[in-house]
Amino acid sequence: MNTGIERRWHDMGGLDSGPVPMEEHDFAIWEKRVDALMILCGGKGLFTVDGLRRALEDMGEEAFEKHTYYERWIAAINQNLIEAGVYSIEELGEKMEAVSRRGDTYGEAQND
Amino acid sequence: MSHDHPEQIHHMGLSSSGHPFRNDNDFPLTCWQSMEIAVRELLIEKGVLTSDEISRQIDAMDARSPANGARVVARAWVDESFKTRLLANGTDACGEMEFDIGPLNLIAVENTGDVHNLIVCTLCSCYPRNLLGFPPDWYKTRAYRSRAVVEPRKLLREFGVELPKNATVRVHDSTADMRYIVIPARPVGSELMTEQELARLVTRDSMIGTGLPLEP
Repeated sequence: MNTGIERRWHDMGGLDSGPVPMEEHDFAIWEKRVDALMILCGGKGLFTVDGLRRALEDMGEEAFEKHTYYERWIAAINQNLIEAGVYSIEELGEKMEAVSRRGDTYGEAQND
Repeated sequence: MSHDHPEQIHHMGLSSSGHPFRNDNDFPLTCWQSMEIAVRELLIEKGVLTSDEISRQIDAMDARSPANGARVVARAWVDESFKTRLLANGTDACGEMEFDIGPLNLIAVENTGDVHNLIVCTLCSCYPRNLLGFPPDWYKTRAYRSRAVVEPRKLLREFGVELPKNATVRVHDSTADMRYIVIPARPVGSELMTEQELARLVTRDSMIGTGLPLEP
């Protein structure tokens, strides 16, 4: 029966899947920073957790399989901040170029 | 040129928590890491955030851990009226113990001899993070999210939990605003233990429902 309601990719409950991968990792400082940016920007009303989820869900299934959790989060945070007018895509591009010129590793590029 | 965590050069080893180190500071910069640095610096330059605020938020999150949840569970085991308040309003009851749950609704569900509770977030990764800290990686995987709601017993066996055949399994699907925590059943043989000793029996997984408390 066609209910007219299409299940989106992130709606995973009840689908077939293999064994649960039990590996765990310690979060890197850059991942903790992404997490902190989400919480703080949310607290300041720049966007909501629903805004974050909309961006994550719109990335599609391929992004879920290909990128790590906080890689997807920083992309979603960035999209929401650009939409909120906090900075422009040009400003982001220039800043990212400047960041990558600082060095080859995160330790060198973080400029702390 | 500085390294936040010089010990992470030894990337083949395990950290103090027994987990592998994640490639980070000393590996080639990824485009996502550049984006994190760029977004953070833009937010600071625009006056939206300060770098102090970001550090404080990271510290606050690091201070949250399953040990906080364990203290709440142990209190519920020894103090019946606290347990009643915890089951009625998890957010407020945790607040009594000065654990700030923020605006989230924290809903405590109790395991008994007959009922076993399991929590999941099928749509994303909602977790009682303001009490327990970051969720385990497996909580966010496709396998856990998909299967928890259809074959919880089989899933629990993978976690080493075999439930009695006649036990009722209740699976709770979390949302952004409603986060669950399991109050595991108090272990047999723990009758003479103090609240502090009891807290040491409460594991992270026992509060997700994928584990049981340690035996006394």
